[in-house]
This record gives sequence, structure tokens and C-alpha cells, in this order.
Amino acid sequence: MNSMTDRRSRPVYMDHAATTPVRPEVVEEMLPCFSERFGNPSSIYALAREARVTLEKARGQVATAIGARPEEIFFTSGGTEADNWAIKGVAAANKKKGDHIVTSSIEHHAVLHACRALEKQGYRVTYLPVDEFGRVDPAAVEEAITDKTILVSVMAANNEIGTIQPVAAIAKVAHDRGVPLHTDAVQAIGAIPIDVDSMGIDLLALSAHKFGGPKGTGALYVRRGTRIGTFMDGGAQERGRRAGTENVPGIVGLGRAIELATAEMPQKAPRLAAMRDRLIQGLLETIPDTRLNGHPSERLANNVNVAFRYVEGESILLMLDALGIAASTGSACTSASLEPSHVLTACGLPPEHAHGSLRLTLGPRNTEEDVDYVLSVLPRVIERLRKMSPLSPERYA
Amino acid sequence: MYSEQVMDHFMNPRNMGEIPDADGAGEVGNPTCGDIMRITLRIEENRIVDAKFKTFGCAAAIASSSMATELIRGKTLDEAWAVTNRAVVEALEGLPPQKLHCSVLAEEGIHKAIDDYRARHGMPTANGG
Repeated sequence: MNSMTDRRSRPVYMDHAATTPVRPEVVEEMLPCFSERFGNPSSIYALAREARVTLEKARGQVATAIGARPEEIFFTSGGTEADNWAIKGVAAANKKKGDHIVTSSIEHHAVLHACRALEKQGYRVTYLPVDEFGRVDPAAVEEAITDKTILVSVMAANNEIGTIQPVAAIAKVAHDRGVPLHTDAVQAIGAIPIDVDSMGIDLLALSAHKFGGPKGTGALYVRRGTRIGTFMDGGAQERGRRAGTENVPGIVGLGRAIELATAEMPQKAPRLAAMRDRLIQGLLETIPDTRLNGHPSERLANNVNVAFRYVEGESILLMLDALGIAASTGSACTSASLEPSHVLTACGLPPEHAHGSLRLTLGPRNTEEDVDYVLSVLPRVIERLRKMSPLSPERYA
Repeated sequence: MYSEQVMDHFMNPRNMGEIPDADGAGEVGNPTCGDIMRITLRIEENRIVDAKFKTFGCAAAIASSSMATELIRGKTLDEAWAVTNRAVVEALEGLPPQKLHCSVLAEEGIHKAIDDYRARHGMPTANGG
């Protein structure tokens, strides 16, 4: 079957939830920060003041994008650090008040594993279940909160299945009990409108490389007055709350990328959503025994996640790779563990179905031709793997 | 991540399919772990004249099944029994550490299929059945 190894002249990148290419406008803005305006923002001469100015401009860009004040933005090494800081920092600062955290079972590992680390220190964590579409019920959050609860952490949108959470409603029930809300907005920034005030968000993690910025740069938004401990000790950078010489080129890139992403969202989101819906419909129509994972409507405009029965995800990815398509799976076989995606299993998908999941996440460079190409080759890939599989509809009838 | 041999046996699997009315058949693994391997054998005069596989699993599982069936074709039952997972891994020019269990599954599948044949013919089997 030679057609299985034919590469397309231009590869089709559909893994934008993993990372995105840095936009040329962003690179352009970053370049002078490496060798011309290379000063340390903490120094006092002119060269350093230039770096300080660009840093503060970026802080303003990030603040504007989420409706925050510049002094509420703290730059980090990325989304993982921001999540860790939010959770461990709030826990450390509120030890006397309580020892309980409420989160969901479908959070990113940056949140889940930070919570697990706190459990080892004696904190208690409630991992709320989700419905079949991956949504957290605000009423369940309300029920889980006790007078010892110090933080609620629920992601704005899920990285695997793209389900958008009712963050504003969750924030309201948390605030009614005097508990701050943290949200991991790593997938949401540039994809859905985020306004920390109207949504009631007290802490928010974001990461530049998910929306056209560079890797290794992110930010934590901390609402003024929120009690949070220092995460990184050292110098007095970030007003003494996050030590370490600032990654000026990265931060400048973050600022420009978030500005572009939020400005272009109204035009880009509908186009992505149309391609997403064509992919979902096309796959469900042409490939039998396929189901959509995640929410039918409350989902990110760029997220497609489907489960094909009787086949395994890593095999799908490698065959797609041979055809020039980059995608992702929730199957265990891409990781060291044998457990399939915690997100898919939390949605009630049996492990054998979760192993056959495929995630395609679109970006602005994807075209209708890319969609056509995926729709033309994916049915053949699944058919080929199903021919190899000892599983069949009869067996699971 | 994978050797050329693994990719070759994954993209162009040998002996894929199922022998109708096989003389011996063995299925190992489970769908929860994401691996199921089914080996079917044609056996004549104590020798494996044909071996086929069907596998649900990752590239390493498919390549291990393909290679394992290649290694046992033409061998006597005792010779085929002695084909270890290590031999499968070596023939594949290595597997990543977290994928070694795929080669173990192939060895187990062959043993199960041979045992099935032996049990049908009243011969002693590995598990004493």
C-alpha cells in the first residue's frame, strides 16, 4: 500500500494544542532583545532602562488582553510554573485558614500533580468528577467547598477535548464562600474571550507558545489582595515575588503574541470552528464506530477529538505521520504508563475506547485543503489498522 | 523513537491475518491496557508451516507480532517455543524500554498458540493442561 507512505509536499500540522509556530511579527519584536537591547532590566544604565521599558510594555499587553492591571501580571517560565505557583503559593499562604483545595479530575498535570504534591504534605484535595462532555458542575463545586477550603482551581478550557468550563459560575460559588478561584487558561487565551473581572478569576495561568509566542515564557495573573506565597526565592524581580533575571526576549514575544491573538480572535475563531465542524462531521460520517469526545458546542474552536473503536492511537499517529500529518492521542502507548488519558476516562470513556482517541487541533495556518486531505486519508488509515485488529463489532456486540 | 526494522514491520506487516481453521490459536493481552495479540498457526508434522497475527496495539506491538511470526515460520514446535522475547527485540533492532512488554506479549502469544495445538492433540502443555 504505497499510498500509505506518500508524503505531501507540505506537512499538515494539526497539533496546535501542543504548541504553535512563533509568528514572524513576534520573532521580529524579540530579535533586538537578544544582542542589541540585551540589558538586565534590574540595572540602572540606559541600556537596562530600555529593557525595563520593553518588559513593562509586555506586562501591559498581557494585562490588557485579560482585563487585568499591569501590577497583577507576574512573568514565569510558562504555564506549568504559573499553575504550580498559584496552587502551592496559595496553599502556603493560607495554611492557618485551611488545608482543602477543590479542583477537577480533568485538569492538566501541572495542576493535578501540584495538588498531589500538596496531598503528600497533608493538604486535602477534592477532584470533582465531570459529565460525559467533560464539564464541571458549579453545584458540585459549591457542595465540595468546606470552611477549610482555601482554593478552587478549574481550567478555563481543556487541552485534550477542548471543553470550555463554566468558569464565571464556578467563580461565583467560590466567592460566595470566600474562596479564591484559580484557572488554568493555557488553552483558552486567544481562543475564547477572557476577562478576569467579569468572570471573577483571582488567579490565571497562561503560556506564550500556545498562541504564537515563544516556549519557556508564561505568566500568572494574581488579583490584587490575593494571599499567595513566593514560589521562587532570590532577587527582587517581579516586585520580589518571582526571583530570577527576566527572560526579556521571551516576555516581549509573549506580549506581542497575546496582543495579536486576542485582537484577531473575533475573525479567526469562526473560521477555525467551521473547519473543526467539517472535520468532525466528515470523520463521524465516513468512519463507522467513531464517537466525538468532549462537548458538542461548548468546545474550543480549534479542537477535534474523536475515538475510533478497535484501533490504538499511537498506531494512528505513526501512520498519519508517514502521510505528513502531525496529530496527538490520549492513548497510553505514547507515554511510559499503561493508563489511557485521565481526561477521557473521567468523561466515562472505557479504556479500550480511550486508547483509540485522536486529537486534531487547528491553527490559523491550516487551510480547507488540509481538512480535505485529512478527511481523505484518515478513513484509509483506520480501515487498515482495523484489518490488523483482532477486535471487531461482533466481539463487542 | 523506533528503529527502521520496527517501522518497516509496522508499515509493512508480514503474516497479518488469521488462518481459517487454524491448528493452534492463542490470544494474549487485554483491551484495557491497549494491547491484544492473536496468533494462529498451521502445523504439519510438528512443524509450523504458517503463522499469522492480528494485533490491536501500538506500532511496537504490531511490529513484534509481525517479527515473531516471521521467526517461528518453518520451525518445529520445540524450536518455536524457544524463540524468546529477547530474540524478537534483537531482530527488531531494539525496542524502547517502555515497549519491551510488547515483545513479551508476542512470546506469550506463540506459547499460547502452541499450547492450544498440543492440548488439542493430547500432548503435555506448559501449564500442565
